[in-house]
Amino acid sequence: MKNLHPVIKIRSFATGKSVKISEKAIEKTQLATEFFSDIGNMAIFIKQIVKETFSRDFEFKEFLRQCYEIGNKSLPLIAITGAIMGVVLTIQSRPALEDFGAVTMLPGMVAISIIREIGPVITALILAGKIGSGMGAELGSMKVSEQIDAMEVSATNPMRYLVVTRVLAATFMVPILVLFADALGLFGSWVGVNIKGDVSLVLFLSQAFSSVEFIDFFPALVKSFFFGSVIGIVGCYKGYNAGRGTESVGVAANSAVVLSSLLVIVVDLIAVQITDMIL
Amino acid sequence: MKNLQKEPIPAISTEEKPGRKMIEIIGLKKGFNNQEVLKDISLQLFSGENLVVLGKSGSGKSVLIQCIIRLLVPDAGSIEVLGSDVNSLNKNELDELRRKIGFLFQSGALYDSMTVKQNLEFPLRRIRKHLTEKEIKEKVNEVLENVGLADALNKMPSQLSGGMRKRISLARTIVIDPSIMLYDEPTTGLDPVTSDEISALINEVQKKYKTSSIIITHDIECAKATADRIMMLQDGEVYLEGKVKDFENSTDPIIKSFFK
Ligand SMILES: Nc1ncnc2c1ncn2[C@@H]1O[C@H](COP(=O)(O)OP(=O)(O)OP(=O)(O)O)[C@@H](O)[C@H]1O
Ligand SMILES: [Mg+2]
Repeated sequence: MKNLHPVIKIRSFATGKSVKISEKAIEKTQLATEFFSDIGNMAIFIKQIVKETFSRDFEFKEFLRQCYEIGNKSLPLIAITGAIMGVVLTIQSRPALEDFGAVTMLPGMVAISIIREIGPVITALILAGKIGSGMGAELGSMKVSEQIDAMEVSATNPMRYLVVTRVLAATFMVPILVLFADALGLFGSWVGVNIKGDVSLVLFLSQAFSSVEFIDFFPALVKSFFFGSVIGIVGCYKGYNAGRGTESVGVAANSAVVLSSLLVIVVDLIAVQITDMIL
Repeated sequence: MKNLQKEPIPAISTEEKPGRKMIEIIGLKKGFNNQEVLKDISLQLFSGENLVVLGKSGSGKSVLIQCIIRLLVPDAGSIEVLGSDVNSLNKNELDELRRKIGFLFQSGALYDSMTVKQNLEFPLRRIRKHLTEKEIKEKVNEVLENVGLADALNKMPSQLSGGMRKRISLARTIVIDPSIMLYDEPTTGLDPVTSDEISALINEVQKKYKTSSIIITHDIECAKATADRIMMLQDGEVYLEGKVKDFENSTDPIIKSFFK
């Protein structure tokens, strides 16, 4: 436990009077310092991950198991969300397009928003909650109950066995899940279009894809890979560096979700800037 | 119980002279952010003996044995295990040394996501890579029988009671045929009957596998049952070292508070 800071008095230059800085303010600055030292430690963590990824004994079996865990367990959730997003987006967009008499553009417009932004970001945010917290809690409890130490004394590098496999599995599975969400989003959108009209699925798809280009598709896929690795890295980092008590498992899971969701949004912002510059 | 044949471990001779030093620690010091836990610890573990390290909760017993297999790096002092200086080994040499040391964790440290069978196979597959599937299976069954839980093979750790978990982790520790065993509070949190059973198992392991062991505990019954020699830690230093009867006969108030 850190010592509690007493209230500190600082003489203000302007008024010459003493100003009280509350413990709260000090706590806030401490939080900020913690955030930045977190980022620094995470950089070191990433460096280790990269080093272990290219080492001789890659734990291929464990990697496949993690892919299966991530993919299989998230599939229903992603499917439902993707489909609903498609329906909702379509219903919401229709009135605006109707005002311009451009309802035929509905499939194309929705397709572009799903593929470019909604699909990847919503999927990533949901997965940040699902697999980020899962990794944080699992590794956190392995740390607290000495399982990670036990691995180490069994001549197994826990970084390689637990962390690298999870980060890579997330990196590869998140884009696949994003594609899946995109597909179901489009299907949902078709359903949404048919609530107030009658368009066959084939016609809908040809309308949708006539406006979608490679430029819409490729950057979204690339950024999905980054979303995946961000979620994997943050989840593992928080779990692997959990404290010593049982309560730190909850803390690890929680902060994994918070930080990875935040970073997903930040990566999205950076990605949009880069695509804008290049294309 | 089955007749056991201990496979010879390469690199160290199976016939160890009694009196050979398995572990030698000199002047060990370890602290965590300005809290000094171990101030000056020296100890020796001789071949074939059970050394019990006593001390109250928080006195740094776990820290001590974690330093021995370098899960923690000491601030000062030297630790020699089987003749090699633990803190100057490189990664491969350290793995090599750890193969000869069994570590029973305080919390058991069974892998939650694996069955008992997979838990036992894990160190075997990773430490003794030359074994065939058949040999692995035999070995797993053998150690499970030794701890009296042959029918737990396909259970998950969450389905086991506390005492069973301790036994399974003991089985997982001896499965690699270690020559040194480090027990971190093997009986804590168990009822007296189960504690006695675990103490008996520790003695059995000592005889059958000819291991030398450090047993960390604050359970006096376990200490009396297993100790060839006892060492007591107090305030990060060795308070008293001797035989069980030296402790029982002591008039020192701190020791008496343990040996009521
Ligand atoms: N990795 C660590 N980081 C920080 N402090 C630690 C660490 N390990 C141990 N400590 C501190 O060292 C002290 C001794 O801990 P240790 O676990 O060795 O006690 P112990 O003698 O094993 O007690 P118990 O009988 O309760 O297991 C404690 O105050 C603990 O907070
Ligand atoms: Mg302890």
